[in-house]
Amino acid sequence: MALSGLDIYKLLPKTNCRECGFATCLAFAMQLAKKAVGIDKCPHLTSEVKGKLEAQSQPPIKLITIGSGETRLEIGNENVMFRHEEKFFRPAGIGFIVEDNSTDAEIKTKIEKINELKFERVGQRLEVNLVAIRQNKDAKRFIDVVQLVSVNTPLSLVLMSPDAQALKGALEILKGRNPLIYHATKENLTALTQLAKDYKVPLVAQGDDLEKVSELTAELSKQGVNDLIIETGKKPISEKVWDLTQIRRLALKKSNRGLGYPSLVVVEQNDVYAEAQEAATYITKYAGIVLLKGIESWAVLSLLTLRQNIYTDPQKPLQIEPKLYPIGQVNDKSPVLVTTNFSLSYYTVLGEVEASKIPAYIISIDTEGMSVLTAWAAEKFTPQKINESINKFGVKDAISHKRLVIPGYVAVMSGELQDESGFEIIVGPKEAAGIPSFLKNL
Amino acid sequence: MALQLITEKWSGEVSVVTIGAANQEGGTRSHAVKIGGEKSLPYLFKEGSLPNKPQIAFEILDIMPSDWPNAVSAPYGKTLNDPLEWADKCVRDYQAGILCVRLLGSHPDFGNKSPEEEAQLIKKLLKKVSVPLVILGSGDDAKDNLVLPAISEAAKGERCLIGSAVQDNYKTIVASVLADGHNIIAESPIDINIAKQLNILISDMGLALERIVMNPTIGALGYGLEYAYSIMERSRLAALAGDKTMASPFICFVGQEAWRAKEAKADDLPDQGIIWETLTATALIQAGADLLVMRHPKAVEKVKEYIDNLFRS
Ligand code: SF4
Repeated sequence: MALSGLDIYKLLPKTNCRECGFATCLAFAMQLAKKAVGIDKCPHLTSEVKGKLEAQSQPPIKLITIGSGETRLEIGNENVMFRHEEKFFRPAGIGFIVEDNSTDAEIKTKIEKINELKFERVGQRLEVNLVAIRQNKDAKRFIDVVQLVSVNTPLSLVLMSPDAQALKGALEILKGRNPLIYHATKENLTALTQLAKDYKVPLVAQGDDLEKVSELTAELSKQGVNDLIIETGKKPISEKVWDLTQIRRLALKKSNRGLGYPSLVVVEQNDVYAEAQEAATYITKYAGIVLLKGIESWAVLSLLTLRQNIYTDPQKPLQIEPKLYPIGQVNDKSPVLVTTNFSLSYYTVLGEVEASKIPAYIISIDTEGMSVLTAWAAEKFTPQKINESINKFGVKDAISHKRLVIPGYVAVMSGELQDESGFEIIVGPKEAAGIPSFLKNL
Repeated sequence: MALQLITEKWSGEVSVVTIGAANQEGGTRSHAVKIGGEKSLPYLFKEGSLPNKPQIAFEILDIMPSDWPNAVSAPYGKTLNDPLEWADKCVRDYQAGILCVRLLGSHPDFGNKSPEEEAQLIKKLLKKVSVPLVILGSGDDAKDNLVLPAISEAAKGERCLIGSAVQDNYKTIVASVLADGHNIIAESPIDINIAKQLNILISDMGLALERIVMNPTIGALGYGLEYAYSIMERSRLAALAGDKTMASPFICFVGQEAWRAKEAKADDLPDQGIIWETLTATALIQAGADLLVMRHPKAVEKVKEYIDNLFRS
């Protein structure tokens, strides 16, 4: 959490010596809090205070980039514990583990399937991010598989190997791909530090508990390796949630540098459901990267949808393009239902119209993503606006009748809308759930 | 230097609601189900206790469901025609520990069954199965005001969970629930202020806050899940910070929402719907859900296993 001017003032010498160019230490503190001056202007700071102040001038969770080009993954730079406080900024990367002891043919098939894990929902593209290659055999096989995978996928890569020799060979052929090395421990620290420095690639630091892992990241950072990702090993789900929560809390609230990095979790369960549920848990609870075994598209779609939900900006709801949408086999007699361009409103109405099996048009009005009642209260959902949209979206060309169904909640605008548009206004149900029976009786 | 973890100290806790009354408590249920009681955010056991596991109620209807996709109706087969057989199957074949009966057939558009018919059904159901019951009206306010008092009386002393009370229609049902010793579902439209207001209105009528379960009105995965997720997080934070009027456990109608999703209607890929229901539940459990009303036996099984895993350390 950022320090306030007063917090900073408490750390200053309070001598008001003016050497910083300000009349008082307090004035200087206020400017520091606004990041309007540099801390080096005050020559009287102890190194401990300097460290604290420097830490607060950096983002509490470092932004880490894995991969390069369009498919690169950026994680970190998060500001809050709960999405309602602001938003979660950088959607967790989803990746899949490929074993180097599979045959080349198996690996190719798996990569092809992974490459195809692309979906579209609510007007957004949902994509997976990473392929992780795990070493089970000798260095040569690992390097060969890295080569095989890298030419077959544009996704960012993770190198899962404890073997510095194997990693070096892989990094050599992945120049420019900026892969993530998984993972540095106390034991292989020296060798992996060197690799991360030589090849300028991000590195996962692993320790079984938060204390160990923060010591490790501190050591790495001392060695000049700062592009780090944290992992705390295999443990039961709720302990993992505890770790992820503490990492986020300590980074945000205590500006703990050693934990000021994104986290990675490896989820490996044989049961597709169990694996998806565990992964879903970490997507909701702060994970920066989730690596999985399974690639069933139905499970992946549900995880990507969850990620999309959790990382939606609560202040800026998802919107759809305002226009006239034909649902089913419409003709010029089909009813026209009015709703907003707030995704949730639209998709709820859509779901009910589809369920009714009665072809209909939905006209979505540009309410800047507000729901029916909110938009009506904010005068974004007015008879004038609806009439404009009717004309703009060619409603009169699509249908031969002159009837319009409006949401039950805005029944009050019927008269005015009728005058404005010349359409007969029919008041629909308040809740979308009432649409099927409403349409049947229309 | 040892790392200082941040452990939140909460002054409040979620109230414990007991559903079902056994013999010694004046009912005929084989057991009671307790929900709520959390003293921490979801599954941070090191911060405070979470004494009761989230529970899953199987949802059944009093009429043959007309809009359930194949994937979710298939496991129940012919029993969907008969609420008593359906209920029995949930308990026998799927070990349901609690059932949720939706009296949709009382809705004017879906058969308009009379309050007396529904009361009879509840009486038979209480004989047929011995698990605690959640009983829902049809959602038609006027009709619910006739049906819910009748079924409340029919189930007197069984300590059911009955719903739903909404902001502009709560008095009749609260009065019945109060008289007959049940608990109530307070439903609010993804709105934390209305949720609080409704809890206050209900408790002002004399029903203890410990007899209220909140329905925050969820959306399914991909259909507004995140709104309910955040409303639940905010409500739970308020409860833990000591706001007793927000300290009711949550009931989430996961099955109803998930099986409306387009993704769940892929008949050639039943797993898609099942995982849709499963992950909707998973995410809401992480937001604090206490009672999940679900439909597909496999989704229920997976979520149960997940809950057991959460409580394993
Ligand atoms: S130089 Fe430092 S000690 Fe002197 S007034 Fe400025 S802040 Fe205070």
